[in-house]
Amino acid sequence: MAASETYPDELKYHSGHDWARIDGDQAVLGITWFAQDALGELVHYEPPNEGDTIAKDSAYGEVESVKAVSDVIAPLSGEVLEVNAKVIEEPETVNDDPYGEGWLIRIRLTNPSETDSLLDVDAYKQVVADS
Amino acid sequence: MAQMLLKTPLHDRHVALGARMVPFAGWEMPVQYQGVIPEHRAVRADCGVFDVSHMGEFEVEGPRATELLQSLLSNDLEKIGPGEAQYTLLTNDRGGIIDDLIAYRLEPFRYLLIVNAANREVDFGWVKEREIRGSDVRDASDEYALLAVQGPRAIERLDLPEAKQFTFAEGAIDGIQCMVNRTGYTGEAGCEILVMAEDAAALWDRVLARGAVPCGLGARDTLRLEASLPLHGNDITPDTDAISAGLGWCCALDKEFSGAPELRELKVRGPERKLVSFVLEEKGVPRQGMAIEGGGEVTSGTHSPMLERGIGMGYIPAESAAAGTDLAIDVRGKSRRARVVKRPIYKREE
Repeated sequence: MAASETYPDELKYHSGHDWARIDGDQAVLGITWFAQDALGELVHYEPPNEGDTIAKDSAYGEVESVKAVSDVIAPLSGEVLEVNAKVIEEPETVNDDPYGEGWLIRIRLTNPSETDSLLDVDAYKQVVADS
Repeated sequence: MAQMLLKTPLHDRHVALGARMVPFAGWEMPVQYQGVIPEHRAVRADCGVFDVSHMGEFEVEGPRATELLQSLLSNDLEKIGPGEAQYTLLTNDRGGIIDDLIAYRLEPFRYLLIVNAANREVDFGWVKEREIRGSDVRDASDEYALLAVQGPRAIERLDLPEAKQFTFAEGAIDGIQCMVNRTGYTGEAGCEILVMAEDAAALWDRVLARGAVPCGLGARDTLRLEASLPLHGNDITPDTDAISAGLGWCCALDKEFSGAPELRELKVRGPERKLVSFVLEEKGVPRQGMAIEGGGEVTSGTHSPMLERGIGMGYIPAESAAAGTDLAIDVRGKSRRARVVKRPIYKREE
Protein backbone atom coordinates (compact mmCIF):
# COMPACT_ATOMS: atom_id res chain seq x y z
CA MET A 1 0.00 0.00 0.00
CA ALA A 2 1.50 3.31 -1.06
CA ALA A 3 2.36 5.77 1.70
CA SER A 4 0.54 9.09 1.95
CA GLU A 5 2.39 12.35 1.34
CA THR A 6 4.67 13.23 4.24
CA TYR A 7 8.00 15.00 4.78
CA PRO A 8 9.37 14.24 8.26
CA ASP A 9 10.62 17.25 10.26
CA GLU A 10 13.77 15.54 11.47
CA LEU A 11 15.24 14.90 8.02
CA LYS A 12 17.43 17.08 5.84
CA TYR A 13 16.55 17.39 2.14
CA HIS A 14 18.18 17.94 -1.23
CA SER A 15 16.35 19.69 -4.05
CA GLY A 16 16.81 16.56 -6.20
CA HIS A 17 14.09 14.99 -4.00
CA ASP A 18 16.44 13.07 -1.75
CA TRP A 19 16.57 12.97 2.03
CA ALA A 20 19.31 12.37 4.62
CA ARG A 21 18.95 11.22 8.21
CA ILE A 22 22.18 12.42 9.82
CA ASP A 23 23.53 10.63 12.87
CA GLY A 24 26.99 11.80 13.96
CA ASP A 25 29.45 11.11 11.15
CA GLN A 26 27.04 8.83 9.34
CA ALA A 27 23.87 9.36 7.33
CA VAL A 28 21.11 7.22 5.90
CA LEU A 29 19.89 8.36 2.45
CA GLY A 30 16.73 7.82 0.45
CA ILE A 31 14.27 9.44 -1.93
CA THR A 32 11.30 11.52 -0.85
CA TRP A 33 7.61 10.79 -1.09
CA PHE A 34 7.44 13.24 -4.00
CA ALA A 35 10.15 11.35 -5.93
CA GLN A 36 8.58 7.93 -5.51
CA ASP A 37 5.13 9.29 -6.37
CA ALA A 38 6.41 10.88 -9.56
CA LEU A 39 8.04 7.61 -10.63
CA GLY A 40 5.25 5.23 -9.65
CA GLU A 41 5.79 1.73 -8.36
CA LEU A 42 9.49 0.96 -8.34
CA VAL A 43 10.53 -2.27 -10.01
CA HIS A 44 14.31 -1.98 -9.97
CA TYR A 45 17.01 -0.44 -7.76
CA GLU A 46 20.55 -0.23 -9.09
CA PRO A 47 22.65 0.45 -5.98
CA PRO A 48 26.29 1.47 -5.58
CA ASN A 49 28.73 -1.06 -4.10
CA GLU A 50 29.64 -1.01 -0.45
CA GLY A 51 32.95 0.81 -0.17
CA ASP A 52 32.24 3.13 -3.11
CA THR A 53 32.64 6.81 -2.54
CA ILE A 54 29.79 9.06 -3.56
CA ALA A 55 29.91 12.78 -4.21
CA LYS A 56 27.34 15.37 -3.20
CA ASP A 57 25.07 16.37 -6.11
CA SER A 58 26.18 13.39 -8.22
CA ALA A 59 24.23 10.24 -9.06
CA TYR A 60 25.02 7.22 -6.88
CA GLY A 61 22.36 4.82 -8.11
CA GLU A 62 19.21 4.39 -10.19
CA VAL A 63 15.62 3.74 -9.28
CA GLU A 64 13.29 2.54 -11.98
CA SER A 65 9.54 2.18 -12.30
CA VAL A 66 7.50 0.53 -15.03
CA LYS A 67 7.48 3.85 -16.84
CA ALA A 68 10.80 5.56 -16.15
CA VAL A 69 14.29 5.40 -14.73
CA SER A 70 15.77 8.10 -12.51
CA ASP A 71 19.22 8.77 -11.11
CA VAL A 72 19.43 9.02 -7.35
CA ILE A 73 21.38 12.12 -6.35
CA ALA A 74 23.67 12.11 -3.32
CA PRO A 75 22.71 14.90 -0.91
CA LEU A 76 26.09 14.47 0.83
CA SER A 77 29.54 13.06 0.05
CA GLY A 78 30.67 9.88 1.73
CA GLU A 79 31.72 6.26 1.67
CA VAL A 80 29.02 3.65 1.22
CA LEU A 81 28.84 1.52 4.38
CA GLU A 82 25.67 -0.40 3.63
CA VAL A 83 23.16 -0.88 0.82
CA ASN A 84 19.56 -1.74 1.69
CA ALA A 85 19.26 -5.33 0.43
CA LYS A 86 15.50 -5.33 1.06
CA VAL A 87 15.03 -2.63 -1.57
CA ILE A 88 17.11 -4.57 -4.10
CA GLU A 89 14.82 -7.56 -3.64
CA GLU A 90 11.58 -5.59 -3.19
CA PRO A 91 11.96 -2.14 -4.75
CA GLU A 92 8.30 -1.33 -4.00
CA THR A 93 9.37 -1.01 -0.35
CA VAL A 94 10.38 2.54 -1.29
CA ASN A 95 6.79 3.34 -2.30
CA ASP A 96 5.38 1.77 0.84
CA ASP A 97 7.74 3.44 3.31
CA PRO A 98 10.12 5.95 1.68
CA TYR A 99 11.63 7.23 4.95
CA GLY A 100 11.75 3.94 6.86
CA GLU A 101 12.14 0.45 5.37
CA GLY A 102 12.68 2.06 1.96
CA TRP A 103 16.00 3.75 2.76
CA LEU A 104 18.64 3.23 0.05
CA ILE A 105 22.15 3.49 1.50
CA ARG A 106 24.05 4.32 4.68
CA ILE A 107 27.24 6.36 4.32
CA ARG A 108 30.12 7.69 6.39
CA LEU A 109 30.36 11.42 5.77
CA THR A 110 33.61 12.58 4.22
CA ASN A 111 32.74 16.26 4.40
CA PRO A 112 30.37 16.83 7.36
CA SER A 113 30.23 20.58 6.75
CA GLU A 114 28.13 19.84 3.64
CA THR A 115 25.16 19.21 5.91
CA ASP A 116 24.84 22.99 6.33
CA SER A 117 23.81 23.33 2.68
CA LEU A 118 20.87 20.92 2.91
CA LEU A 119 17.28 22.09 3.10
CA ASP A 120 15.13 21.86 6.18
CA VAL A 121 11.63 20.50 5.84
CA ASP A 122 9.95 23.84 5.21
CA ALA A 123 12.42 24.80 2.50
CA TYR A 124 11.99 21.40 0.85
CA LYS A 125 8.20 21.65 0.95
CA GLN A 126 8.59 24.89 -0.97
CA VAL A 127 10.64 23.02 -3.59
CA VAL A 128 7.83 20.47 -3.88
CA ALA A 129 5.20 23.22 -4.13
CA ASP A 130 7.18 24.81 -6.98
CA SER A 131 7.73 21.52 -8.84
CA MET B 1 3.30 27.85 -26.95
CA ALA B 2 1.96 24.65 -25.49
CA GLN B 3 0.15 22.43 -27.94
CA MET B 4 -3.59 22.19 -27.32
CA LEU B 5 -4.31 18.65 -26.25
CA LEU B 6 -7.50 16.92 -27.33
CA LYS B 7 -9.77 15.49 -24.66
CA THR B 8 -11.91 12.37 -24.93
CA PRO B 9 -15.57 12.47 -23.84
CA LEU B 10 -14.41 10.73 -20.62
CA HIS B 11 -11.82 13.32 -19.64
CA ASP B 12 -13.82 14.60 -16.64
CA ARG B 13 -14.35 11.03 -15.43
CA HIS B 14 -10.59 10.39 -15.44
CA VAL B 15 -9.82 13.57 -13.54
CA ALA B 16 -12.55 12.79 -10.98
CA LEU B 17 -10.98 9.35 -10.44
CA GLY B 18 -7.62 10.98 -9.69
CA ALA B 19 -5.92 9.72 -12.86
CA ARG B 20 -2.49 11.01 -13.77
CA MET B 21 -3.05 12.65 -17.15
CA VAL B 22 -0.28 12.79 -19.76
CA PRO B 23 0.04 13.93 -23.37
CA PHE B 24 -0.17 11.05 -25.83
CA ALA B 25 -0.42 11.41 -29.62
CA GLY B 26 -1.94 14.88 -29.22
CA TRP B 27 -4.44 13.77 -26.57
CA GLU B 28 -4.51 14.21 -22.83
CA MET B 29 -4.91 10.64 -21.62
CA PRO B 30 -4.86 8.79 -18.28
CA VAL B 31 -1.56 6.94 -17.84
CA GLN B 32 -2.64 5.46 -14.52
CA TYR B 33 -5.24 5.70 -11.76
CA GLN B 34 -4.12 3.64 -8.77
CA GLY B 35 -0.90 2.40 -10.38
CA VAL B 36 0.30 0.48 -13.41
CA ILE B 37 0.96 -2.78 -11.57
CA PRO B 38 -2.39 -3.15 -9.74
CA GLU B 39 -4.24 -2.15 -12.92
CA HIS B 40 -2.26 -4.69 -14.95
CA ARG B 41 -3.03 -7.43 -12.43
CA ALA B 42 -6.74 -6.53 -12.42
CA VAL B 43 -6.87 -7.23 -16.16
CA ARG B 44 -5.01 -10.52 -15.82
CA ALA B 45 -7.16 -11.69 -12.89
CA ASP B 46 -10.59 -10.20 -13.52
CA CYS B 47 -11.59 -7.19 -15.60
CA GLY B 48 -10.27 -3.74 -16.46
CA VAL B 49 -11.59 -0.91 -18.63
CA PHE B 50 -9.51 1.46 -20.78
CA ASP B 51 -10.62 4.65 -22.49
CA VAL B 52 -9.20 4.31 -25.98
CA SER B 53 -11.40 6.98 -27.54
CA HIS B 54 -8.29 8.64 -28.94
CA MET B 55 -8.15 5.92 -31.60
CA GLY B 56 -9.45 6.83 -35.05
CA GLU B 57 -12.49 5.41 -36.82
CA PHE B 58 -12.94 5.59 -40.57
CA GLU B 59 -16.01 4.48 -42.48
CA VAL B 60 -15.43 3.18 -45.98
CA GLU B 61 -18.42 2.40 -48.15
CA GLY B 62 -19.66 2.06 -51.67
CA PRO B 63 -19.90 -0.66 -54.31
CA ARG B 64 -16.10 -0.50 -54.79
CA ALA B 65 -15.17 -0.18 -51.09
CA THR B 66 -13.85 -3.73 -51.02
CA GLU B 67 -11.76 -3.17 -54.13
CA LEU B 68 -10.24 -0.01 -52.63
CA LEU B 69 -9.37 -1.63 -49.32
CA GLN B 70 -8.08 -4.81 -50.93
CA SER B 71 -5.54 -2.66 -52.78
CA LEU B 72 -4.36 -0.86 -49.63
CA LEU B 73 -4.57 -3.40 -46.79
CA SER B 74 -2.37 -6.47 -46.44
CA ASN B 75 -4.93 -9.00 -45.26
CA ASP B 76 -7.63 -10.51 -47.46
CA LEU B 77 -11.05 -9.00 -46.77
CA GLU B 78 -12.70 -11.77 -48.80
CA LYS B 79 -11.97 -14.04 -45.83
CA ILE B 80 -14.45 -12.16 -43.65
CA GLY B 81 -18.14 -11.45 -44.00
CA PRO B 82 -20.51 -9.03 -42.28
CA GLY B 83 -20.12 -9.34 -38.49
CA GLU B 84 -16.46 -10.31 -38.72
CA ALA B 85 -13.27 -8.32 -38.20
CA GLN B 86 -9.66 -8.73 -39.23
CA TYR B 87 -6.24 -7.52 -38.06
CA THR B 88 -4.48 -5.99 -41.04
CA LEU B 89 -1.72 -3.60 -42.10
CA LEU B 90 -1.82 -0.41 -44.14
CA THR B 91 1.35 -0.71 -46.19
CA ASN B 92 3.36 1.72 -48.29
CA ASP B 93 4.89 1.08 -51.72
CA ARG B 94 8.00 -0.43 -50.12
CA GLY B 95 5.98 -2.83 -47.97
CA GLY B 96 6.62 -0.68 -44.89
CA ILE B 97 3.91 -0.48 -42.27
CA ILE B 98 2.05 2.84 -42.27
CA ASP B 99 -0.22 1.52 -39.50
CA ASP B 100 -1.73 -1.63 -38.07
CA LEU B 101 -5.47 -1.64 -37.64
CA ILE B 102 -8.61 -3.70 -37.40
CA ALA B 103 -11.06 -3.75 -40.31
CA TYR B 104 -14.69 -4.51 -39.43
CA ARG B 105 -16.97 -5.64 -42.25
CA LEU B 106 -20.24 -3.94 -41.32
CA GLU B 107 -22.07 -4.87 -44.51
CA PRO B 108 -20.92 -6.38 -47.80
CA PHE B 109 -19.97 -2.91 -49.07
CA ARG B 110 -19.37 -1.03 -45.83
CA TYR B 111 -16.39 -1.19 -43.49
CA LEU B 112 -15.16 0.41 -40.28
CA LEU B 113 -11.41 0.80 -39.78
CA ILE B 114 -10.12 1.44 -36.24
CA VAL B 115 -6.63 2.94 -36.42
CA ASN B 116 -3.95 4.17 -34.04
CA ALA B 117 -4.45 7.68 -32.66
CA ALA B 118 -0.95 8.78 -33.62
CA ASN B 119 -1.51 7.78 -37.26
CA ARG B 120 -5.07 8.95 -37.77
CA GLU B 121 -4.22 11.87 -40.05
CA VAL B 122 -1.53 10.08 -42.04
CA ASP B 123 -3.76 7.05 -42.54
CA PHE B 124 -6.75 9.10 -43.56
CA GLY B 125 -4.70 11.13 -46.02
CA TRP B 126 -3.21 7.97 -47.52
CA VAL B 127 -6.56 6.25 -48.03
CA LYS B 128 -8.44 9.38 -49.11
CA GLU B 129 -5.89 10.16 -51.82
CA ARG B 130 -6.36 6.70 -53.25
CA GLU B 131 -10.17 6.74 -53.15
CA ILE B 132 -11.71 5.44 -56.36
CA ARG B 133 -15.07 6.17 -57.96
CA GLY B 134 -17.62 4.05 -56.13
CA SER B 135 -15.87 4.24 -52.77
CA ASP B 136 -16.18 6.85 -50.06
CA VAL B 137 -13.89 7.26 -47.07
CA ARG B 138 -14.97 9.33 -44.07
CA ASP B 139 -13.18 10.11 -40.80
CA ALA B 140 -15.88 9.54 -38.17
CA SER B 141 -13.52 9.56 -35.18
CA ASP B 142 -15.08 12.53 -33.44
CA GLU B 143 -18.50 10.90 -33.34
CA TYR B 144 -17.41 7.93 -31.27
CA ALA B 145 -15.86 6.89 -28.01
CA LEU B 146 -14.19 3.51 -27.56
CA LEU B 147 -13.89 1.53 -24.33
CA ALA B 148 -11.75 -1.60 -24.11
CA VAL B 149 -13.09 -3.97 -21.44
CA GLN B 150 -10.53 -6.70 -20.97
CA GLY B 151 -9.88 -9.66 -18.68
CA PRO B 152 -10.99 -13.22 -18.01
CA ARG B 153 -14.26 -12.00 -16.39
CA ALA B 154 -14.92 -9.08 -18.77
CA ILE B 155 -17.63 -10.80 -20.81
CA GLU B 156 -19.37 -12.22 -17.74
CA ARG B 157 -19.34 -8.84 -15.96
CA LEU B 158 -20.99 -7.21 -18.96
CA ASP B 159 -23.55 -10.05 -19.26
CA LEU B 160 -22.57 -10.57 -22.88
CA PRO B 161 -23.00 -13.87 -24.71
CA GLU B 162 -19.93 -15.88 -25.61
CA ALA B 163 -18.70 -15.08 -29.11
CA LYS B 164 -15.68 -15.81 -31.26
CA GLN B 165 -12.68 -13.48 -31.26
CA PHE B 166 -12.73 -10.99 -34.15
CA THR B 167 -16.51 -10.93 -34.43
CA PHE B 168 -18.79 -8.05 -33.51
CA ALA B 169 -22.44 -7.26 -33.01
CA GLU B 170 -24.69 -4.34 -32.33
CA GLY B 171 -26.02 -4.50 -28.83
CA ALA B 172 -26.95 -2.61 -25.70
CA ILE B 173 -25.25 -2.57 -22.31
CA ASP B 174 -27.65 -1.45 -19.59
CA GLY B 175 -29.79 0.15 -22.27
CA ILE B 176 -26.94 2.02 -23.98
CA GLN B 177 -26.71 1.22 -27.69
CA CYS B 178 -23.23 0.23 -28.81
CA MET B 179 -21.15 -1.97 -31.09
CA VAL B 180 -19.41 -4.76 -29.18
CA ASN B 181 -16.22 -5.97 -30.84
CA ARG B 182 -14.50 -9.12 -29.63
CA THR B 183 -11.07 -7.63 -29.97
CA GLY B 184 -8.40 -6.25 -27.64
CA TYR B 185 -4.77 -5.44 -27.01
CA THR B 186 -4.02 -7.28 -23.76
CA GLY B 187 -3.88 -10.97 -24.62
CA GLU B 188 -7.03 -11.50 -22.52
CA ALA B 189 -10.63 -12.18 -23.41
CA GLY B 190 -12.90 -9.19 -23.58
CA CYS B 191 -14.23 -6.66 -26.00
CA GLU B 192 -13.85 -3.16 -27.35
CA ILE B 193 -17.09 -1.19 -27.25
CA LEU B 194 -17.77 1.55 -29.76
CA VAL B 195 -20.36 4.01 -28.50
CA MET B 196 -21.63 7.42 -29.56
CA ALA B 197 -19.52 10.13 -27.91
CA GLU B 198 -22.53 11.55 -26.04
CA ASP B 199 -23.26 8.16 -24.45
CA ALA B 200 -19.66 7.46 -23.44
CA ALA B 201 -19.80 8.76 -19.87
CA ALA B 202 -22.97 6.81 -19.07
CA LEU B 203 -21.45 3.62 -20.49
CA TRP B 204 -18.19 4.19 -18.57
CA ASP B 205 -20.17 4.58 -15.34
CA ARG B 206 -22.10 1.36 -16.01
CA VAL B 207 -18.95 -0.59 -16.83
CA LEU B 208 -17.30 0.58 -13.59
CA ALA B 209 -20.48 -0.26 -11.64
CA ARG B 210 -20.21 -3.77 -13.06
CA GLY B 211 -16.81 -4.11 -11.44
CA ALA B 212 -14.29 -3.21 -14.13
CA VAL B 213 -11.15 -1.53 -12.75
CA PRO B 214 -10.20 1.70 -14.57
CA CYS B 215 -6.84 1.19 -16.29
CA GLY B 216 -4.53 3.68 -17.98
CA LEU B 217 -2.13 3.68 -20.89
CA GLY B 218 0.67 2.47 -18.60
CA ALA B 219 -1.02 -0.89 -18.01
CA ARG B 220 -2.12 -1.02 -21.65
CA ASP B 221 1.55 -0.99 -22.64
CA THR B 222 2.73 -3.61 -20.12
CA LEU B 223 -0.20 -5.88 -21.02
CA ARG B 224 0.34 -5.68 -24.78
CA LEU B 225 4.05 -6.28 -24.37
CA GLU B 226 3.50 -9.38 -22.21
CA ALA B 227 1.18 -10.54 -24.99
CA SER B 228 3.93 -9.81 -27.61
CA LEU B 229 1.60 -7.49 -29.51
CA PRO B 230 3.58 -4.92 -31.50
CA LEU B 231 3.09 -1.18 -30.99
CA HIS B 232 3.14 0.93 -34.12
CA GLY B 233 5.81 3.62 -33.83
CA ASN B 234 7.99 1.34 -31.69
CA ASP B 235 8.08 -2.21 -33.03
CA ILE B 236 6.63 -1.60 -36.46
CA THR B 237 7.01 1.57 -38.53
CA PRO B 238 6.88 2.75 -42.15
CA ASP B 239 10.54 1.64 -42.33
CA THR B 240 9.95 -1.90 -41.09
CA ASP B 241 8.08 -4.61 -42.93
CA ALA B 242 5.63 -7.32 -42.00
CA ILE B 243 7.93 -10.22 -42.86
CA SER B 244 10.73 -9.05 -40.54
CA ALA B 245 8.14 -8.23 -37.85
CA GLY B 246 6.65 -11.72 -37.92
CA LEU B 247 3.37 -10.39 -39.30
CA GLY B 248 3.46 -12.35 -42.55
CA TRP B 249 0.36 -14.20 -41.30
CA CYS B 250 -1.76 -11.11 -41.94
CA CYS B 251 -0.35 -10.48 -45.43
CA ALA B 252 -2.24 -12.13 -48.27
CA LEU B 253 0.67 -12.30 -50.69
CA ASP B 254 -1.52 -13.97 -53.31
CA LYS B 255 -3.39 -10.68 -53.89
CA GLU B 256 -2.13 -7.26 -55.00
CA PHE B 257 -1.78 -4.45 -52.45
CA SER B 258 0.74 -1.64 -51.84
CA GLY B 259 4.14 -3.19 -51.33
CA ALA B 260 3.01 -6.76 -52.04
CA PRO B 261 5.75 -7.39 -54.69
CA GLU B 262 8.44 -6.18 -52.25
CA LEU B 263 7.04 -8.40 -49.47
CA ARG B 264 6.90 -11.44 -51.76
CA GLU B 265 10.49 -10.90 -52.75
CA LEU B 266 11.54 -10.43 -49.11
CA LYS B 267 9.74 -13.59 -48.09
CA VAL B 268 11.65 -15.61 -50.70
CA ARG B 269 15.00 -13.98 -49.92
CA GLY B 270 14.44 -14.13 -46.15
CA PRO B 271 14.66 -11.03 -43.92
CA GLU B 272 18.00 -9.89 -42.54
CA ARG B 273 16.52 -9.03 -39.16
CA LYS B 274 13.60 -10.38 -37.22
CA LEU B 275 11.48 -8.93 -34.47
CA VAL B 276 11.74 -11.17 -31.41
CA SER B 277 10.33 -11.19 -27.91
CA PHE B 278 12.77 -11.62 -25.05
CA VAL B 279 12.91 -11.96 -21.28
CA LEU B 280 15.77 -10.71 -19.10
CA GLU B 281 17.55 -13.41 -17.16
CA GLU B 282 18.80 -10.97 -14.55
CA LYS B 283 17.70 -7.70 -12.97
CA GLY B 284 17.19 -4.58 -15.01
CA VAL B 285 14.59 -3.09 -17.31
CA PRO B 286 15.19 -2.92 -21.07
CA ARG B 287 14.00 0.24 -22.83
CA GLN B 288 13.38 1.35 -26.41
CA GLY B 289 16.62 2.23 -28.21
CA MET B 290 18.99 0.08 -26.14
CA ALA B 291 21.53 -1.91 -28.14
CA ILE B 292 21.36 -5.69 -28.34
CA GLU B 293 24.91 -7.02 -28.69
CA GLY B 294 25.61 -8.54 -32.09
CA GLY B 295 23.74 -5.89 -34.02
CA GLY B 296 20.23 -5.45 -32.70
CA GLU B 297 18.06 -2.91 -30.98
CA VAL B 298 15.30 -2.94 -28.39
CA THR B 299 12.08 -1.47 -29.84
CA SER B 300 9.93 -1.87 -26.70
CA GLY B 301 10.88 -2.77 -23.17
CA THR B 302 9.33 -2.74 -19.73
CA HIS B 303 9.02 -4.57 -16.46
CA SER B 304 6.58 -7.48 -16.64
CA PRO B 305 4.26 -7.40 -13.63
CA MET B 306 3.38 -11.09 -14.12
CA LEU B 307 6.91 -12.45 -14.61
CA GLU B 308 8.44 -9.77 -12.34
CA ARG B 309 11.36 -9.27 -14.68
CA GLY B 310 12.38 -7.17 -17.63
CA ILE B 311 10.79 -8.05 -20.98
CA GLY B 312 10.86 -6.56 -24.43
CA MET B 313 10.86 -6.82 -28.17
CA GLY B 314 13.57 -5.95 -30.62
CA TYR B 315 15.11 -6.60 -34.01
CA ILE B 316 18.09 -8.94 -34.14
CA PRO B 317 19.92 -10.70 -36.98
CA ALA B 318 17.61 -13.38 -38.40
CA GLU B 319 20.16 -16.17 -37.90
CA SER B 320 20.06 -15.69 -34.13
CA ALA B 321 16.32 -15.16 -33.76
CA ALA B 322 15.26 -18.66 -32.70
CA ALA B 323 13.52 -19.10 -29.34
CA GLY B 324 16.05 -20.04 -26.68
CA THR B 325 18.87 -17.95 -28.14
CA ASP B 326 20.87 -16.01 -25.54
CA LEU B 327 21.11 -12.24 -25.98
CA ALA B 328 23.02 -9.51 -24.19
CA ILE B 329 21.39 -6.10 -23.86
CA ASP B 330 23.26 -2.92 -23.01
CA VAL B 331 21.19 -1.48 -20.14
CA ARG B 332 22.79 1.92 -19.51
CA GLY B 333 26.32 0.61 -19.75
CA LYS B 334 25.73 -2.76 -18.09
CA SER B 335 25.44 -5.91 -20.14
CA ARG B 336 22.32 -7.84 -19.10
CA ARG B 337 21.60 -11.42 -20.14
CA ALA B 338 18.32 -12.09 -21.93
CA ARG B 339 16.75 -14.96 -23.83
CA VAL B 340 14.61 -15.04 -26.96
CA VAL B 341 11.21 -16.56 -26.13
CA LYS B 342 8.23 -17.78 -28.12
CA ARG B 343 5.34 -15.34 -28.44
CA PRO B 344 3.48 -14.45 -26.35
CA ILE B 345 5.92 -13.61 -23.58
CA TYR B 346 3.23 -14.31 -20.99
CA LYS B 347 0.12 -16.46 -21.20
CA ARG B 348 -1.90 -17.51 -18.20
CA GLU B 349 -1.99 -21.24 -17.57
CA GLU B 350 -5.56 -22.38 -18.03
